[in-house]
Amino acid sequence: MEIPYTSEIRRDTGLYNAKVGIWLFLASEVMLFGALFSSYILLRVGAVEWPYGWLNVPLGTANTLVLITSSITTVMAWASLKMGNFGRFKIYHAITICCAITFLGIKSYEYHDKFIHYQVNLKDGRIVDGHMEENGKDEIVILGRYAKDLHDVIDLHERHFEKPQPIKIERSEIASMDNYGPWHNTYTAIYFTLTGLHALHVIGGAVVITYLWLFGASMWKTDPERFTNRVEVSGLFWHFVDLVWIFLFPVLYLL
Amino acid sequence: MSEQKSANHDEHFSHHVRRYLYVFYALLFGTLITVGASFIPFGSREINIAVALFIASGKAFLVAGYFMHLISERKMIYGILGFTVFFFVGLMGLTLWSMADFPVHTVTH
Repeated sequence: MEIPYTSEIRRDTGLYNAKVGIWLFLASEVMLFGALFSSYILLRVGAVEWPYGWLNVPLGTANTLVLITSSITTVMAWASLKMGNFGRFKIYHAITICCAITFLGIKSYEYHDKFIHYQVNLKDGRIVDGHMEENGKDEIVILGRYAKDLHDVIDLHERHFEKPQPIKIERSEIASMDNYGPWHNTYTAIYFTLTGLHALHVIGGAVVITYLWLFGASMWKTDPERFTNRVEVSGLFWHFVDLVWIFLFPVLYLL
Repeated sequence: MSEQKSANHDEHFSHHVRRYLYVFYALLFGTLITVGASFIPFGSREINIAVALFIASGKAFLVAGYFMHLISERKMIYGILGFTVFFFVGLMGLTLWSMADFPVHTVTH
């Protein structure tokens, strides 16, 4: 049995079915991210001090530009199909897939940077903050700096960029230490939750777009209108992913 | 007749493509403005947050309006989004309303 309204328009909705479906799905996605943004607001407002300057702004900006570029190539891929130019569609979507991989690559680098970044509280009350260089049995080496106090670790507003120094610490001197993973504080928890969920959406969208670019593209020969609709629906999802990042970037990186 | 129709169709989409490019340039510009504005001290962090969210909303309008074609969609889609906006605003409203009952000074570290 043939699936109805895959390319022809339903009279009651004025749309093909997949388009109604994707918009209903996106509506639920708005509420999912809305709930997390609401959690972010509550955590931030209730915090004594909110971290500033912990994320790499040039990398975040680069990722924003990458996602915006992928958005235009997605819509151009769809427009190319509408104009019957399959070759252009292949080129534009190849760029979209490259952008998705670049975005995830940069995000992975940022995550890795957080996982090797440590706050080491010494028994004498001092704090060492920086990247773990050596994690030995008796001593560790941190490439970083001595912080004046906890405020100096959390708010990097006033801090001038100084060259990190290798600091050797005996294990017996350490009171506690942990890296900047999701467990570090509420800021890293919400940062990893929001960006992790967003990254999962990027992966999901990239898988679908890659499928349509490779195996699914054969439908262009048998049912071009339906294929164009599939590309439009995947594009709507991709634009939504871009839209979420447009808010995540200033909220997490800049403010 | 059919060739004429096809030419009009292509012309229609060429017009759209030009518009997409303008939106793309505006989004790039908006991103740079967002980053630049975050380094300007407007007097309080609240104002900086408001400025950043205002620019982000403008960028979101461009993506949703032009790339997602919401500027000229069917009523059915507007209906779905109407409900979404209602519940989203409600969620944010409840969040703000709950501030009075909120346990302040949560330890962040």
